[in-house]
Parts: sequence; C-alpha cells; structure tokens
Amino acid sequence: MIPILGLVAGVLLGLLLDPTVPLGLQPYLPIAVVAALDAVFGGFRARLDGIFDAKVFVISFVSNVVVAALIVFLGDQLGVGAQLSTAVVVVLGIRIFGNAAAIRRHIFRA
Amino acid sequence: MSTDPPPVEPPPVGPPPVDPPQAGEGDRPARRRDLPAALLIGVLTLLLGFAFTVQVRNSDDEQVLAGAREEDLVRIVDEVSSRGVRLREQIADQRSALRQLTSSDSETASALEEAGTRAAALGVLNGTAPAEGPGLRMTLRDPDDGLRVTDLIDVIQELRGAGAETMQFDGVRVGLSTAVTGTAGALLIDGRPVTAPYEVLVLGSPQDLETALNIPGGVVQAVGSRGGSVTIEQVPELLVDALRPLPEAQYAAPDDDD
Repeated sequence: MIPILGLVAGVLLGLLLDPTVPLGLQPYLPIAVVAALDAVFGGFRARLDGIFDAKVFVISFVSNVVVAALIVFLGDQLGVGAQLSTAVVVVLGIRIFGNAAAIRRHIFRA
Repeated sequence: MSTDPPPVEPPPVGPPPVDPPQAGEGDRPARRRDLPAALLIGVLTLLLGFAFTVQVRNSDDEQVLAGAREEDLVRIVDEVSSRGVRLREQIADQRSALRQLTSSDSETASALEEAGTRAAALGVLNGTAPAEGPGLRMTLRDPDDGLRVTDLIDVIQELRGAGAETMQFDGVRVGLSTAVTGTAGALLIDGRPVTAPYEVLVLGSPQDLETALNIPGGVVQAVGSRGGSVTIEQVPELLVDALRPLPEAQYAAPDDDD
C-alpha cells in the first residue's frame, strides 16, 4: 500500500512542480528511473513470493540506481556513454520482463 | 543489482516479512522495525514517481538536445552543418543560373538592337535603304552637253568630302562603288543613262555642302566653265528613296570570329 501511495504522490508532485532537470543529471535520470523501476518490480515479485524484505528492497533500490548511474557515468568518461546506457537499459529491461512474467504467473496462474 | 531477493535472502519467510526469528515475540518489534522501513520505501517510491514524471515531461519537451551527449551533439551538428553546406551550394548554383539566364537575355536583346542600328547605318551608306534628313536639292543644267564623266565624279567627290552621307543623282542612288561612265551628253551612272538637267539630292549639313560647292574652283565654277549652271536649294527635310541592289560579294566573306 505504502509504495503505491508513494508512487501516486510522487507523480502528483512531479506534475505539480514540473521542475527542469539539471543539465548534469540529464543523461542519468532516465537510467536511474529504469533501474528504480526494476527494483520496484523485483520488490513486487518478492512480495508475491512471500519473501519481501524491506531492507533488501531499500538497499537494492538504492544500489540499482547508483550502479546504473555509475555505469553510465563511467561510460561517458570513457567515451562509450551512449552504448553503455543502451546496454544498461537492455539488461534492466530483460530483468523487468522476467519479474513481470513472475508476477503474471502469480496473479493469473499462467 | 540485487533486486532478486531469492538468492540474497534464502529464508522463505511468511507474510510477516522482516525478521522471522523474532516472530515469536509477537508483532511489536516487527511493527517498530517496519515503520522506518515503510517510510523509506514510501520515500523511495515517491522519488521514483517524481523522477519518472519529470523524465517523461522532460523528454516530451523537445529538450532532447539539452540532455544529449556530446558525441550525439557533435553528430547532429555535423549533419546540420553539412546539410547547410549542401543547401548553400544549391543556392549558389541557382543564383549563377539565374544570372546567366538574365544576362544572356539582355545580351541577346542589346546585340539585336545593335545589329539593327548597324544594319540601318550600313543600308544608308550602301544605298540599300531609303534615307531622310536635311540636305541640298541641286540642279545641274547642261545646255551645251559640256559636262563629262570627270565633272560628275568631281561633283560626287566634292559632296562626299563636304560630309554628304548619301545622295541620289538624277534618280540613281550613289553608293560606294558607283561608277560614272559614258561620254558627254550621254552619261551613265551605274550603267543607267542620265540626262540633263541633273537633279541631285544630297543628305548632309546643308550649309557645309553649299559652302563646299561654292568655293573658288569648286563645282559651281567648274560647271559654269563648261557652259552649265547650278542652282542650290537648302531643304530641311529631304527624302532619298532611290535604292541600289545589295552588292553580293563574290570573293570576300564576312569574318565571323571578330
């Protein structure tokens, strides 16, 4: 319940405040969002599996975001930022797909 | 990247998620530990929603360029500038084509005009075109048939020397190659017989011509010494309309590449 409330409140806040992203953060924000989405899907799946752990969720959420941003940052420094962010998005996308499939199996039993 | 709890936290605990060993102590500690965790989760998801919305808004805003990477920007600038170069080349091509078209147009027009005026001037000189303007009407009377070929040639040369631009002699146009032949009393100009009194129409400055004819030893005196007489009349508007056939060059051809 709390995560859903938090999501809704965040979306509302973003709509209301409508801030502009600082230039330095702009390459990392989409990657961070995708990483956080991955963490949320993972958490939801764990919840359905009955093995949800708040500590694990928080740590995985934060570390996901940080690592993803770090990879992209490193890639930018090495001159392969575009390729590495594509790679991160692909990997995270695959994980999200896997989690979504597990969730689907839980909910629809199929 | 440790979102998948199964490997990380193997103990498959029931619905009370956090601390399975303490489950026996009832709900109290679990709830206590739950509160900050729930708060953290709430904050994190709130951040996620916020960031998500901002990002969606941001990429909607066509601000894509502002967030683009340096290499992407360089590529985009390259594309745009090479496109600009191509377009500028096109503009230059079209401009020069336009310039060529207009200049050749006006060149043709002016060349045509020039050719027209030249043809007219040559026609007047040659005697192939009628001409009009101020000049003299002159009548040579020759009751004794004393005028000879040389006298007529003298008249013509004197008039030419005085600036006559074209003339006709008793209905025969005098041109560059006009010849006077025959004998006194039966003179021919360009092969056509002329009879006294001869009427001469000359285009040129009337005063100059008359002065030239009247100088001592000039045409008037010469004709008088042959027993003839000359009357001269200045005419402000005279028409010389006798025509000569256009001579066809037999040997000389115009040189086109001048």
